[in-house]
Amino acid sequence: MTIPFPSNPSSHPLFQALDQSQHRRGRVGEDMITLSHGSGGRAMRDLIDDIFVGSFDNPILAQLEDQARLDLSVLLPLGDRLALTTDSYVVDPLFFPGGDIGVLAINGTVNDLAVSGAKPLYLTCSVILEEGLSVATLRRVVTSMKAAAIAAGVQIVTGDTKVVPRGAADKLFINTAGVGVIRSGVSCSAHHLQPGDAILINGELGNHGAAILAARGELALETEILSDCQPLHDLVDQILAVCPQVRAMRDATRGGLATVLNEFAQSSQVGIRLEERSLPVREAVRGMCELLGLDPIYLANEGKLVVVVPSDQAEAVLAAMQAHPAGREARLIGEVVAAPAGVVTMQTTFGAGRIVDMLVGEQLPRIC
Amino acid sequence: MKYVDEFRDPQKAQALLQEIAQLSAQIHVDRQRPLKIMEICGGHTHSIFKYGLEALLPETIELVHGPGCPVCIMPKGRLDDAIALALNPEIIFATFGDVLRVPGSQQSLLQARANGADIRMVYSPLDALSMARDNPDREVVFFAIGFETTAPSTALTVLQAAAEGLPNFSLFCNHVRVIPAMEALLDNPDLQLDGFIGPGHVSMVIGSQPYQVIADRYHKPLVVSGFEPLDILQSIWMVLRQFATGRCEVENQYSRLVQPEGNTVALNAMAQVFEVRDQFEWRGLGYLSQSGLQMRSDYAAFDAEVKFTVPGRSVADHKACQCGEILKGVLKPWQCKVFGTACTPDHPIGSCMVSSEGACAAYYKYGRFSQAGAQFQKTPVPG
Repeated sequence: MTIPFPSNPSSHPLFQALDQSQHRRGRVGEDMITLSHGSGGRAMRDLIDDIFVGSFDNPILAQLEDQARLDLSVLLPLGDRLALTTDSYVVDPLFFPGGDIGVLAINGTVNDLAVSGAKPLYLTCSVILEEGLSVATLRRVVTSMKAAAIAAGVQIVTGDTKVVPRGAADKLFINTAGVGVIRSGVSCSAHHLQPGDAILINGELGNHGAAILAARGELALETEILSDCQPLHDLVDQILAVCPQVRAMRDATRGGLATVLNEFAQSSQVGIRLEERSLPVREAVRGMCELLGLDPIYLANEGKLVVVVPSDQAEAVLAAMQAHPAGREARLIGEVVAAPAGVVTMQTTFGAGRIVDMLVGEQLPRIC
Repeated sequence: MKYVDEFRDPQKAQALLQEIAQLSAQIHVDRQRPLKIMEICGGHTHSIFKYGLEALLPETIELVHGPGCPVCIMPKGRLDDAIALALNPEIIFATFGDVLRVPGSQQSLLQARANGADIRMVYSPLDALSMARDNPDREVVFFAIGFETTAPSTALTVLQAAAEGLPNFSLFCNHVRVIPAMEALLDNPDLQLDGFIGPGHVSMVIGSQPYQVIADRYHKPLVVSGFEPLDILQSIWMVLRQFATGRCEVENQYSRLVQPEGNTVALNAMAQVFEVRDQFEWRGLGYLSQSGLQMRSDYAAFDAEVKFTVPGRSVADHKACQCGEILKGVLKPWQCKVFGTACTPDHPIGSCMVSSEGACAAYYKYGRFSQAGAQFQKTPVPG
């Protein structure tokens, strides 16, 4: 027997139910991520609807196209070049004192844009989820991302979701890419350092790295160290307002201050001389470093900015930085010198000099 | 920072440096060559470089960096044994972080981990014990290395494992003793050492008395020293003062932590679990008698060398590597044929380039562009 196709499908209960189902806002019913959430089917659509589109709520993302379509008329008045960056976040643990992987994923990419002199505008969000991750954890991370995006004045306009079998990834990985517009007349580059330039930092070194080490719980240390994870776009605004001729800016993340300065010295083929006594390091971080044989200038940061400016602008930039909440502890930490080219040296508190080399591998705690 | 900043006061350092310069000038009137003072301990080597102390001393004093880095002296054969254990799929291999990059004959532990071995970094042997409790269906082997500094905590861990009756925990024991190594150096005619800065951490355990043999038999001054820059400068000053007054004694600069008789609790734990090995191979120094520790037969159930089969081969160092000469203080790191060229912290040939306490790594990291470092010869690596 064949069932006749209804003459007026839109009034038929079956098609009405189907229509409702297609237009309903998806919801995740399960407590745990399963492979079906990455299958491309209904479960994945529900996950995206419920967790991502619902949270990141903006008209570009809501189009659910395979790409974000950005209006040039919004971009053009802001500057004359686009800045594009991407970064992946794989931090363990996902939640730590002072932040979580979601906040990191937003601020990290915002900061990578900001240090080029760009105004950060749009971000992507791509997640790799391990089968078995709790939906509540994902929800919590995405809520953090939303708050961080609002604070940084950026929109998350497209994304991707993958689920991999248990063991193929560690809980949750996030990739964010970002687009910003570089202000006309600003040209920050690691290649622009000149002898005589001043080097500044916006605050204490190593808080993020130390907070993560403590949060892993392997050290049984009780500390009150919080990650310094914060967006730097507003601080950069302040700096560029007083000194559009900034030579170079970079956020000192993995590898810490030492790595950034080595990259600067090598790119510009100049020397950099640091003053050990000027380096701001929190007492608790110093203590942890003493205990483990680590050096705070190699520890990771997530809200620290190294700025190189012509020496005659150093005082004005320092004052502007110190007037901003993200730069209250800003210091002048060293100067650019002609030689030895490509090398960072440090004047120790005893008046002796030593090399500050690039980090080799990861910093490993000493045995004794 | 309390108890740290007091030992890093630049003004006090300047005052000490002036006294060192005066004493040194006074001693040098009768001497043809610099006074060679060896710091045994890698921790001292690290501090000397980190604070740039060597450059502040008069040229009449030469610091010689000794074999006191437990990572540097681990021979390739023992590394290969460790890697063989780690590659056993039944085993979770627990190790301190700074051993991971030390090259064995084929690979390092880090490379073995990339090749699938279950190698986990720990900060204390007790972490390995927790791992054994948490993984009752796996064997956890702890790579125990270090001088008398770390041996007591390993011993206490074994005693704890025994008290709990943990069947799946064992040690691959590579603990070594400092004084036999010093005697081996002093018996070597290549060396003309004049005095020692004694290791602070080891001495917290063994005390200052056991070094008396260095003063009595070898007639060398020795000052047990702390690790802060002022500790080291004061210890150098104390060695010089002995020279100036014609003495050869054991003195204790680190009296805030080191007792003459050592730490009885730590020594008892070590004596209970360990006994002296007849022979132990040191990288660059060869087999030194009475220089290592092994587990007593009472604790064979916790001895990985009894529970598992290890190759136990002795493997010669790379022929271009001169770690041995550097560990003995015969050569300076930059005088090694491969320093900074074929052997770098990225691609270490020898162990002295691996650990942050190794003399080569310290020269490379803190001073490779210094006048001394710049002298190295760029020689292609043979074989």
